[in-house]
Amino acid sequence: METIVAVLAGLLVAGGAYLMLSGNLVRYILGLTILSNAANLVIFAAGRMATAAPALTAYGADAPASGVANPVPQALILTAIVIGFGLFCFALTLAYRAFYAMGTARMDAMRIAEPREDRG
Amino acid sequence: MILVWPFLIPLISAALMVLLRSRENVQRWGSVAAAVALLIASLALLVRVLSEGPVAVQVGGWPAPFGITLVADLLSAAMVFITGIVAVAVAIYGLEEIDRRESWHGHHALVQALLAGVCGAFLTGDIFNLYVWFEIMLIASFGLLVVNGTRKSADGAVKYVGLNLIATFAFLSGVGLLYGVTGTLNMADLSQRLEGRQEEVAVLVSAMLLMFAFGAKAAMFPVFNWLPASYHTPSVTTSALFSALLTKVGVYALIRTFTLIYDLDVPLVRGTLLWGAVATMVVGVLGAAAQNHFRRILGFHIISQIGYMVLGLALATPAALLGAIFYLFHHIIVKANLFLIAGTARKLTGSEDLPKIGGLYAATPLLAVLFLIPALSLAGIPPLSGFWAKFLIVSASLDMQSWFIAFVALAVGLLTLYSMSKIWLEVFWKPHPDGDQAIDGTLPIAMLVPIVGLGIMTVTIGLAAGLFVDAAMVAAEQILSPHAYIDAVLGARQ
Repeated sequence: METIVAVLAGLLVAGGAYLMLSGNLVRYILGLTILSNAANLVIFAAGRMATAAPALTAYGADAPASGVANPVPQALILTAIVIGFGLFCFALTLAYRAFYAMGTARMDAMRIAEPREDRG
Repeated sequence: MILVWPFLIPLISAALMVLLRSRENVQRWGSVAAAVALLIASLALLVRVLSEGPVAVQVGGWPAPFGITLVADLLSAAMVFITGIVAVAVAIYGLEEIDRRESWHGHHALVQALLAGVCGAFLTGDIFNLYVWFEIMLIASFGLLVVNGTRKSADGAVKYVGLNLIATFAFLSGVGLLYGVTGTLNMADLSQRLEGRQEEVAVLVSAMLLMFAFGAKAAMFPVFNWLPASYHTPSVTTSALFSALLTKVGVYALIRTFTLIYDLDVPLVRGTLLWGAVATMVVGVLGAAAQNHFRRILGFHIISQIGYMVLGLALATPAALLGAIFYLFHHIIVKANLFLIAGTARKLTGSEDLPKIGGLYAATPLLAVLFLIPALSLAGIPPLSGFWAKFLIVSASLDMQSWFIAFVALAVGLLTLYSMSKIWLEVFWKPHPDGDQAIDGTLPIAMLVPIVGLGIMTVTIGLAAGLFVDAAMVAAEQILSPHAYIDAVLGARQ
């Protein structure tokens, strides 16, 4: 199972990188999102996968019964998803603003901050 | 609580600033008050750590390594203290520079959020928590870049956001792999569990991912391009804050992880860091030589100076690490000061493009002198602080008989002097192209105070270098033999 998820994460990175190299800002941001999902899958796979009971402790007991799933990777991924979602929203808004300010979404043409005559 | 105040104060202030958004004056002076409170809290922490050694606290009472640990050794405490100094300097400068519009868009709240992220990153003892603090810092810096609302800053922000997010995901994947190998996220615990397992493939991959992530945040070669694309676009207050703190958090994270968690004796890790640092020094200084914009020159010099600090880490001797820590402190003060001076020069002359300005020496000799202090310090002229910083690094590389590296470090210093003298000639010495009457020579007091204050600190560090070197030596010893740190974290069950 870990192998399949690991391969899937690799495919997602490849797809994300392909989108990011296309030179269009919107595609770049979509590529970043795919990359963030790949990172989440890496954590998921690294945390081991098994068919196990949820990590719940019975009332009055000190520790859960044996054979429960590890909840830590899920907590990490949940945190990462929330942060990633916030960053994605900001990036989309910024892309819209940049498109509005520069009239293009082609990244090669976005050179207001670094005009070409700067070289020299 | 002493470990909590340095990020609790800015977090509370940020929330208050959002609520008081329409009261511009309350926000302006509130920023200064919050920065002073942060400085006091960080000073208290520094005094405590100096007298007692590393201190730790387990958040929520969960014992380490299960809960989140906050821990401060001398390096962390000193970094937090210097963050407080920069916060005060920048807040005072902002009284003059930040206009009503930028304040309304949330500049002051975002500055506080950024400071919370920076202090949290210095104080956490948990690697996933470090990721979270990095994100707080990052999202606040995204906001700060765009709040002045110009087209230029929108362009700069696209590059900054796009490239930093890649580093973020590398960081996350690296942490995931590390957890998969060890089953822990506590840095002190990681340090013990990885003993003898440093050469395992998964450990090496996570080391490289984290090196990429922190290297990108620190603007190392070849992942530095976001910095010169964005640092000259926001207000000067913002770029001074960025230049002083953001890249240095990356350097701090490199120092922390590659001494505590990973072993620098692994040739792959050490070689990558070492040659990355050398390339960073050279590329940064050459990039600066090609620029004609005040803040862009300074931006490229950040990259070059980051190379010195990482070089000190990668040489991995006690003397070199001591040099890196000293360099870190000296650089934060000097670089913030240079950006503030660039902003003052822009206010007086009307531009930051070197060909369009000039004549500042005739108009305000005082500002010229105040520029020379950090500029010569940056280039490494004795007896200023930068001389000692460079001297420590170069002598450490000579001790190791790395002649080539020592030569590069010296040559980069010379090229730095070239850039600084270019700024001197173009901005201060040559007459203004529109005639000298184009300059209004009065310096606003809110701009003068932080520049003079940081200048005095630069001179003090230079003249009393022995004192600061001794302190950096203690910090380096704590890092190289982290028993006290690990005991503080894993032994402290509060």
